[in-house]
Amino acid sequence: MDNPEDGRILRHMMVEHDILIVGGGLNGPALALALAQAGHSVCVIDALNEKVRKNAAFDGRSYALALASQRLLAAIGVWDKVADKAQPMLEIKVTDGHAGDGPSPFFMHFDHAEIEEGPMGYLVEDRHLRRAFLDTMAEVDGITQLDGKTVVAQTVNQGGVTVTLDDGTTLTGKVLVGCDGRRSGTAERAGIKRTGWAYGQTALVCAIAHDLPHHGIAHQFFMPPGPLAILPLTGNRSSIVWSERTDVAEQINALDDQAYLQVLRPRFGDFLGEIRLEGQRFTYPLDLTIANSFVADRLALVGDAAHGMHPIAGQGLNAGLRDVGALAETLVLAARRGEDIGSQLVLERYQQWRRFDTATLAMATDVFNRLFSNDNPLLRLGRDIGMGVVGAVPRLRRNFVREAAGLTGDLPKLLQGRPI
Amino acid sequence: MQVSQTTVDPAEVAKFEAMAAEWWDPAGKFKPLHMLNPCRLDYITSQIAGEFDRDLTAPKPFEGLRLLDIGCGGGLLSEPMARLGATVVGADAAAGNLPVARIHAEQSGLDIDYRHTTAEDMAAAGERFDVVLNMEVVEHVADPLSYLTACHDLLEPGGLQLCSTINRNPKSYAMAIFGAEVVMRWLPRGTHDWSKFITPDELYDLMRQAGLDPVDRKGFVFNPISWAWSLSDRDLSVNYVTASLRPA
Repeated sequence: MDNPEDGRILRHMMVEHDILIVGGGLNGPALALALAQAGHSVCVIDALNEKVRKNAAFDGRSYALALASQRLLAAIGVWDKVADKAQPMLEIKVTDGHAGDGPSPFFMHFDHAEIEEGPMGYLVEDRHLRRAFLDTMAEVDGITQLDGKTVVAQTVNQGGVTVTLDDGTTLTGKVLVGCDGRRSGTAERAGIKRTGWAYGQTALVCAIAHDLPHHGIAHQFFMPPGPLAILPLTGNRSSIVWSERTDVAEQINALDDQAYLQVLRPRFGDFLGEIRLEGQRFTYPLDLTIANSFVADRLALVGDAAHGMHPIAGQGLNAGLRDVGALAETLVLAARRGEDIGSQLVLERYQQWRRFDTATLAMATDVFNRLFSNDNPLLRLGRDIGMGVVGAVPRLRRNFVREAAGLTGDLPKLLQGRPI
Repeated sequence: MQVSQTTVDPAEVAKFEAMAAEWWDPAGKFKPLHMLNPCRLDYITSQIAGEFDRDLTAPKPFEGLRLLDIGCGGGLLSEPMARLGATVVGADAAAGNLPVARIHAEQSGLDIDYRHTTAEDMAAAGERFDVVLNMEVVEHVADPLSYLTACHDLLEPGGLQLCSTINRNPKSYAMAIFGAEVVMRWLPRGTHDWSKFITPDELYDLMRQAGLDPVDRKGFVFNPISWAWSLSDRDLSVNYVTASLRPA
């Protein structure tokens, strides 16, 4: 709202909500919707102006949503708004590639036909997802959005938590949730330290248009410098995530579009025909950062604020939405019992639910990456045999498909597509 | 306040006064009660919702219900009930518990009427409630039948009493006294007197003698793997909970 009158009224006023969410990216709105639909009053605070967030052109960023994540989006009313802009992922092919050699004879092929639930996931562009979240939030009662505002202070007392914004507004709630990314100010202000390490690798991300259809097949090539993923977007377009040693990635990123494509082309061959860049190019340094605690007094961390992970398997948003499902379910069930939703006892349940799962996934992703980004012939032989075994045994393969679809583990209700 | 003609054992009251300040520390002496609380609340809320036809997914589902929490302690059950919209009276025979409960409710923005009194005195004064919570109390009173009769008298016709306690058998001795008090030190030694424990059948008999209709019973079972409590239809061997009605 641009009305200065409103600004004056809000200033220095105490506004009460059940839950305060810092960060209006993707996890924040997902949590806000899940909680508001269960009858809670929620306030979402974001540093960016809404118009900026809503009217973005395609910038090349997209997400591989696991089936479980898609179910959560359906349960909170967002999926309908992106369904016609989503590309189903019908098959995944994993190949132990070696630049110049072509793919090794050992590869894994996962087909959604092996599980009854449907496609393993969907590719959705970042801009469509953000817009769908903002539109759905506007339709739901109980959500206040504060845009273009930054949190400058947060204090916890026995009855609740108080947050002060840069314009002097004070908000109170029973719980504060940090969905503010891997450099979470919410976590920092609460004194939560982080553990992490860098890989010395950087992901290069872009979208391409190609002449030949992708048939909904996602490809993952493991090559010595790092993995390359080709993920099908709608139409004859694909999203590319490609990692390299940071110094090499910087050199590649400094190239102009034509030269950049010249580096990219030989890496995955010509099975999609001629390729062109679409949107912008991005780089993301690969590091792992995990908050030493996901909860504190009246505070919970969600998504990258809790665990910034290596995006090798596209698991960042999917893991974040699992946090959303688990936290929403924990808080809603606690409120229905009459418990204080900000109490240590309640928040500890969320931490217990998510922390083990997250640590396991982060470590597995790390080991996976170390194992596959390596040209040691013994390791290469080992993983080729491993891939051959997994590929040959239907039961193992089905488990991989279910894992990729996000259907394993102690799944929150929303990720099963069920209401809380 | 004068505590007269009562079944409260003075030695038992003194024991809890000493612990009052620790009520709300989830890692403190009452940790086992905090751990048991979600499970107790699941039972209490579903029974009340069922009996009075309330929707637990609606805000303040217990609005309009007058509820008494006997042996309210620090308010571990009174506060959730107030949050769900019930008009709550919390009664405790240990005076030391009440300031703790009052301060905590005020800080939490909840309006709860905490009283230093007993079930017998309130019944004599003609107080009536839709729901009486009688949780983990009956094993601490000197005369269970006269106490349960007071609970009956406190209910409106058609009112609901929820009563939990500990079974009496070698397993409950091992778990509640040897396990919880001696080995785990969850509870201070001497919290329980095993001879006062009551079997589910004995409790049903006592309730019938007091004029109550027992309608349901479930076990609270601790799972050492998940480190959490859950409700069981079959296993009432240690902690259990019952629902009973005052006939309309």
